[in-house]
Parts: sequence; C-alpha cells; structure tokens
Amino acid sequence: MSENNEKTFEESLNELEKVAQNLERGELSLEDAITEFEKGIKLSKECSEKLENAEKRINILVKNENGELEETNFEQE
Amino acid sequence: METKVYKVSEVNKYIKMVFDKDTFLNDIRIRGEITNFKAHYTGHFYFTLKDETSTIKCVMFKGFASTVKFRPADGMKVVIDGQVSVFERDGAYQIYCKSMSPEGLGELYLAYEQLKQKLSKEGLFDTNLKKKIPFLPKRVGVITSKTGAVVRDIINVTTRRYPNVDLLIYPAAVQGVNVSSTVIAGLDTFNKLNNVDVIIIARGGGSFEDLFGFNDEALARKIFASQIPVISAVGHETDFTICDFVADLRAPTPSAAAELVYPQYSDIVKRIMMDKNRIIVATNNYFERKKEYVKRLKAAKLEKVPLDMINRYRLTIDSLMRQSHNVINLQLEKYKSKSMQAIAKIDTLSPLKTLTRGYSVTETMDGKVVKSVNDINQSDKLNVILTDGKIKVVVE
Repeated sequence: MSENNEKTFEESLNELEKVAQNLERGELSLEDAITEFEKGIKLSKECSEKLENAEKRINILVKNENGELEETNFEQE
Repeated sequence: METKVYKVSEVNKYIKMVFDKDTFLNDIRIRGEITNFKAHYTGHFYFTLKDETSTIKCVMFKGFASTVKFRPADGMKVVIDGQVSVFERDGAYQIYCKSMSPEGLGELYLAYEQLKQKLSKEGLFDTNLKKKIPFLPKRVGVITSKTGAVVRDIINVTTRRYPNVDLLIYPAAVQGVNVSSTVIAGLDTFNKLNNVDVIIIARGGGSFEDLFGFNDEALARKIFASQIPVISAVGHETDFTICDFVADLRAPTPSAAAELVYPQYSDIVKRIMMDKNRIIVATNNYFERKKEYVKRLKAAKLEKVPLDMINRYRLTIDSLMRQSHNVINLQLEKYKSKSMQAIAKIDTLSPLKTLTRGYSVTETMDGKVVKSVNDINQSDKLNVILTDGKIKVVVE
C-alpha cells in the first residue's frame, strides 16, 4: 500500500539479512559493529512484532442501503 | 387464349412467396468460404459464401451479427444458419443469416485465439511489464464468488499457512454474462480504495465455455491497467484464459494462488530467528576477537610500548651518533696525516727540486725528455729547462 512510507515487511526482512551479512564479514570498526548490532536487533524485533501484531481479518465488500460499498465480516456458511 | 402480362414486381413477389413457403430453404445450414466481407457501419454484415464452383450472397442483420463472438474475415471457412429468400427490388436471392460459426474450431475458441493474438501484439502479456507480487502482503483482495468452494479453499489454505491473514473479498460473478462487468468493478474498487497489496481473481475449474467470461477484452485491459499486482487463478492447471496471460502472475488453481501470496508462517519466524541469531553470533565473535587482541597486547606487556621504545631508540640513536662522529673524525685524522706524508714524498721526488741544485732537463720540442745522445740528431731544436726558465738550443 502506497499511502505511507513505512517499510514493508519484505524490506525489513531483507535489511535484517544484510545486517547479519555485514557483521559476519567482520570488517567493521568497533563503533560500526555496535551500530549494526543494535540495528539488527531492532529490525528483528520489528519483524517479529509485525508478524505478531497482524490480526486475522476476513472481510467482504457489500453494498449498504445507500448503494455504497461497506466492509463487513465475512461469514462462512 | 390471351397470355397475361405481369409486372416485374409481381414476378419477384411471386418468386419470393415460393421461396418463403419452401421449408427446406426456410431453415438451412450452409458451409462455405467467406469472400467480399463487409461489416457495414450500421452493424450489418454483407458477404458472399463460395465453394469451388459457386457463390451465394449473404446478409446478416445487426441483431444477429452482434452475437457473433469472433471477427469474420475473407478466406475464413464458416457454417451459417439462415433462410434463403428473395430481395424483391433486385430480383436476387440471398441468404439471410441468423448465426455463423467457424468451421472446425469452435466459435468461442476462435474468438479466444483472436483476442489472445491481438493483445499479445499490443504487448499486454509482456513479462517485463509484469508487476512484482509482494512477499507477505499486508492485505489481499480476492475477487470471486462469495459462495462455493473457491472462496473457502482460499480462506482455508491461507489461514493454514499463515494464521493472521487479512483478506478482503469482492463478490463477483464467475459464470455467465456478468463475469467481465463484476470483475472489472472489483478491480476498479480495489484500485480506488488502494487498500490491498495484491489482488487475486479466482474461479474454480470448468469447461472452456464456463470460463469464457474471463476471455474478455475489457477485463484484460483493466487487469493490465491495475496499479495493484493481479494474480489470475481461473480454472485449473490446463485451463488458460486471457486473464491468465495478462495478469502479473498466473496461479494454476485458487489454492495455489493462496500459497503464492502467503508464505508459511513458521518459515518467516524461522528466518527472523535465524537472522537474529546470526547477528548475535557474529557480534559475539567480533568482540571475542577484539578482546583476544587486547589480551595478547597485555600479555606482552606492550601497553607501555610507546614511551619505552622511544626512550630506547633515543639512547641508541644518541650512541650511534656519537659513535659515527668518532669514526668520522678518526678517519679524517688518518687521511690527513696520510696525505701529509704523501705530499712530503712527492716533494722530494720532484725533478724541480733537483734543478735547484744546478741540474737541467733537456726536452725535444714536443716535450720528450732526452735521455741519450741517440735520441737526437743534428740541428734538432731542444729546450733546456733550468730552475728559473727555459733555453732554446740547436744541436750542432
């Protein structure tokens, strides 16, 4: 969804992977290593949170009495 | 007996009556090849059917022509249903067609092939124009029938893989004449609301005719124009619709579409945990290495190195400087006395010293010392060098 500039889950996940690679290469200065480490831990937390905080939602668009589309819970028969 | 004379129109009228009474000519099916095809702007078709030896004129009025799914063209072999009748004004008989179908291929199939070719030529199927399907979308739009197995399958498969799915269903007709219009409305709605990351158009398997609503040009163009990536999951593996070609991704079945949009939850959790572990291990290793390095430095008591070393070096340099000074001076002295001796020796050996005692040196004009009387001849010119000058002499 393009209405916000928030990182997508995919972007966060890719970034996390990159941080791991950077650290594994072991060529960073002490300061950079600490920064990267903190960034990685933050990203992994963000990713986990995004996963956990998503709530199951199954909705259907139906027309209301005014002919406008409305989201309602989809009841499976 | 006088023979009755008829007007032309009366004859034509009579002929038409005869034709129209004939049950065979009234409802006839004819096979032939189309020539001189004209789609008139009024919507009527005018053409001629021919075989190897014969031709017959045909007309298909707008009401019937509009039901023909494919575009007739010259050279196409078709089967038509209609009535042979007379156009009284011209006194010509022709076939009034009610339906037309391509020979061999089914009508729908031909229409499908023609549309496929047309859109392909226009680039609607180009793979480099296809949008990427997002990995783990926030929300998924599903355009399908709200009843039936397909929507249930999608819900079951997605929730099995990923418990916290977020699906938004747009109910659409998936069979009959409303397929195109309702699916288009769904695409428009999602694009307007911009509230989903990917759209699945889904329909279960069926016959070619059942799925034909998805071989629609307007629908194909709408899918192509969608800002949100579209996955087509119409029919089963072997069924291909125009929707499948133009969509950003084709799923062989609705369940497969569900698997394509939602990764296995446990896989993602595992991936995050693994990356996190990698980061922790790598950082630990990094600090271990640094710590080890520091430890080694300490063990070598090298933390005092700088000052120590400077001092030690300074001493060395000082003593070396001193040493080198001495050496140089000593050498200089040695050379000095040596050169003095040499000078003294050269002095005593110099012939000039001998000349002061009254001796002289005789040279030829080109500077050769005359050591024997055999070195000279009569009237040679010679130089005699004395201590304070030269005397030019001639040999007698």
